[in-house]
Amino acid sequence: MKLVLEQLTKIFPGREKKNPKDVRAVSEMSLTIEDGELVGLLGPSGCGKSTALNLICGLEAPTSGRVYFGEEDVTDLGPEHRGVGLVFQNYALYPHMTVRQNIRFPLENLKGAQKLTKEEVEERVQEAARIVQIEELLERKPAEMSGGQQQRVAIARALVKKPNVLLLDEPLSNLDARLRLQTREEIKRIQRKTGVTSIFVTHDQEEAMSISDRIVVMKAGVVQQCGRPQEVYDRPANLFVAQFLGTPRINTFEGRVKGGKLFIGEDELLKTSAPDGEYSVGIRPEGLLVDDAGSFHCGVTAVEVMGRDTSVVFTHAGSGEEQLRAIVPGGSVASDKKEQAFSVKPDKIFLFDKESGERVELS
Amino acid sequence: MKDYGSIVKQDKAERRVSTVLRYLGLTFWGLLVLFPFYWMVLTSIKSYSSYNSEVVPSFIAKDPTLQNYADAFTAVPLAGYFVNTLIFTLITTALMLVVIVLAAFAFARLDFPGRGPVFALLLALMMIPNELVVITNYVTITDLDLRNTFAGLILPSVTSVFYIYLLKENFEQIPEELYKAAKVDGTSDLRYLWKVMLPMCRPTLVTIIILKVIECWNSYVWPRLVTDDPSRFLVSNGIQEIRENGFGRENIPAMMAAVVVISVPLVVLFLIFRKKLMQGISRSGIKG
Amino acid sequence: MKKKHPLLGWLYLLPALLFLAVFLLYPLIDVLVYSFEEGYNFASQSYRGTGLYNYAYVLRDPYFIRALKNTFIIVIITVPLSTGLALLISLGLSKIKFLRELYQTVFFLPYVTNTLAVGLVFMILFKKTEYTDGMVNLLIHAFGGSSVDFIDGPYWAKMFVMCFYTVWVVMPFKILILTSALAGVPEVYYKAARVDGTGSFRIFTRITLPLISPMIFYLVITGFIGAFKAYSDEVALFGTDLNAAGMNTIVGYVYDMLYGDSGGYPSYASAAALLLFAIVFTITMINLMVSKNKVSLH
Repeated sequence: MKLVLEQLTKIFPGREKKNPKDVRAVSEMSLTIEDGELVGLLGPSGCGKSTALNLICGLEAPTSGRVYFGEEDVTDLGPEHRGVGLVFQNYALYPHMTVRQNIRFPLENLKGAQKLTKEEVEERVQEAARIVQIEELLERKPAEMSGGQQQRVAIARALVKKPNVLLLDEPLSNLDARLRLQTREEIKRIQRKTGVTSIFVTHDQEEAMSISDRIVVMKAGVVQQCGRPQEVYDRPANLFVAQFLGTPRINTFEGRVKGGKLFIGEDELLKTSAPDGEYSVGIRPEGLLVDDAGSFHCGVTAVEVMGRDTSVVFTHAGSGEEQLRAIVPGGSVASDKKEQAFSVKPDKIFLFDKESGERVELS
Repeated sequence: MKDYGSIVKQDKAERRVSTVLRYLGLTFWGLLVLFPFYWMVLTSIKSYSSYNSEVVPSFIAKDPTLQNYADAFTAVPLAGYFVNTLIFTLITTALMLVVIVLAAFAFARLDFPGRGPVFALLLALMMIPNELVVITNYVTITDLDLRNTFAGLILPSVTSVFYIYLLKENFEQIPEELYKAAKVDGTSDLRYLWKVMLPMCRPTLVTIIILKVIECWNSYVWPRLVTDDPSRFLVSNGIQEIRENGFGRENIPAMMAAVVVISVPLVVLFLIFRKKLMQGISRSGIKG
Repeated sequence: MKKKHPLLGWLYLLPALLFLAVFLLYPLIDVLVYSFEEGYNFASQSYRGTGLYNYAYVLRDPYFIRALKNTFIIVIITVPLSTGLALLISLGLSKIKFLRELYQTVFFLPYVTNTLAVGLVFMILFKKTEYTDGMVNLLIHAFGGSSVDFIDGPYWAKMFVMCFYTVWVVMPFKILILTSALAGVPEVYYKAARVDGTGSFRIFTRITLPLISPMIFYLVITGFIGAFKAYSDEVALFGTDLNAAGMNTIVGYVYDMLYGDSGGYPSYASAAALLLFAIVFTITMINLMVSKNKVSLH
């Protein structure tokens, strides 16, 4: 089902004494999610992404703006009438019910024409269990399962009623690193298989980029950018997005453009068509190439060997940061190097307006 | 196609109705709880003659009077009951605190031969109802010639197995490292108990104290058994005495004045320690 | 570090052990002994022989049978009623925000009142005298009924007041415990259920109730124990001569046998007390067994 958010705003009124100010959790959020799409809602904690999710499923009512499922305006509809599936961060499996009872629970709520016969219910439970591959765990209680298994049960429970939209709130944050990798592939597979329109919320950019069709980056309640993961990574809308995506983090410098040339400190990096003036400059760690003839001269603080790659920690007069990084092929920089010159890949370097943080086209 | 608009409307209406019903129900029970208190105060300020001339009880006092309160203190030894109860409550609570704190400390922090079995025995004793032992205690106190004395009233109620258990559990939550650190610094056990453990367990202690005070203030059965001299009566026995013999049976307003007087201290205590008390009870599940 | 004297712990325990030995442990053995001593005479402290006569006597005593019957009626009516009502009120409380603390405080008030004193107020509210029919009868009139003397009148009227007052007295504790139990149910389960389209009644029966069932069973068990020991509330309403009022309870019977005009029979009292203990113990065990089967602890 297609999903449209229109100028969605949620303001939490301030409490009298403790927090006298109103909190604008989501601000004028507009977004269209196509049928069958998997969208990652991404941002640092407190950016309003969970609130946005609650607005979509109906657990919170928006202060203003509309939510459409297909052509229907569901803004004033309670969550019980929206037909959404929601997977909670800590799964919220009912501890006193077995896995089978947990998955069956949403189906038993169906009334009237939607009501299913016993056989249909069992069939749907089996089907959901098969999709997430937990058929052999159906008689267990949640407490007797691992985090990854609970996660699958939670997804099965959300899927069993064939929801219009599947919402996942930080679905991987309670899993250990290895399981997280495995489970995110699993989510992608399940989503592809069922074709259900899905939105998942995460603060982990790697997670969002790896499985989403599109990602939506949020900050302080405002959507910063929305697009395919690679496109957002390659063409960040502003400094915040550039800094939020990518590990290691993008290196930022104070730079200036003078006469069609970009300077950082005294180093002239490359030619540009941007207008003259002061800019914030971002260079991705993989955008620096070891080149003894390069024009970018850096002081090396540490050379961290990672095997395939080497991470060079450096400083530069053009940046206040102590921990600038370059990711270069393993062995290309000797571990006792004190200084190193680099050349830069033009498509890995971004200019940002100093005031607004908006990206300015390099050429 | 579902009619979303009507679903929304129906939902809102249902929610409004259930909120109204909820408040109605709660208010009804609230009135049921408060009404006896209201009636008690109301009756206590009606004059004897106006109360008795009311064939249909009146919900307000036309000419309120404090005469009944004066009567309550002069016609029956209410002040005496009051002082007795105060002495009984204070001494019992204080003694109990000393006894249970020492015992709980021994169980929680000291290692001595036989600790395990003794504690198990203690837990077993928790199941023994008071009604079972009251008979022998009555005989014991009578044999010791302690009837109509404070000692006779107080002694059987200075220990509480349950409170020892509760306090021990609480003491054990204080990290053992603190005790070891104190020992290294040369702090004596008693000083550690006084300076570290008791302050850290204050919420539990406060709960125990308030509950014990309530228990003492309201105790009826035991005092009734061991006192027959009205000068040693506690308030509960006093009330019963007033009901059966005092004021002449019909002076209900004076009786109510006495009831107000003995109810006020606990209500005030409760209002002061409301939050602590309610938290303490819900945390430990003490029935009181 | 100096090794502590091994007996130091015992020193701290001494006061508690002393009191417990004299007023709890010794009486426990003694009450058993009493209950088997036949024809015990309080004045001379002598007895005829040993046997089960005391139990036989108590079990044949019409006053005991009456007390047993009264106690059972009070238990069977008040325990389910008060628990159910408390659950209803706690649910209401858990769903409101405005004025919630005020309600909570008011509901808790009976807990801190002297039951004898407030019992007197109840007596006045329900009592019918030559002068007036009393407050409650006024209400009954208003609804077109005819007045009843609840204090000196028919048995069922008296039992009604008795149960009403008992419920009034035990409610605060139950409301408090259930309110905190309800607050302990993670909000996320309710959210999950709502998203799954669960109606509020089904949320209650399928989620709330199972999750707070340990607390409900705790309240039922302590409620049974408490109600079986009913006594002072009865005294508050009907005076100390409960046999005359026909409203005696088992505990009341024990005290009457021990003390007062009908007293001086510690052997009978002991037998009755042990019978009570046996009943309470059995019922508690049954409760525990049922709860083990029904309650899923997590």
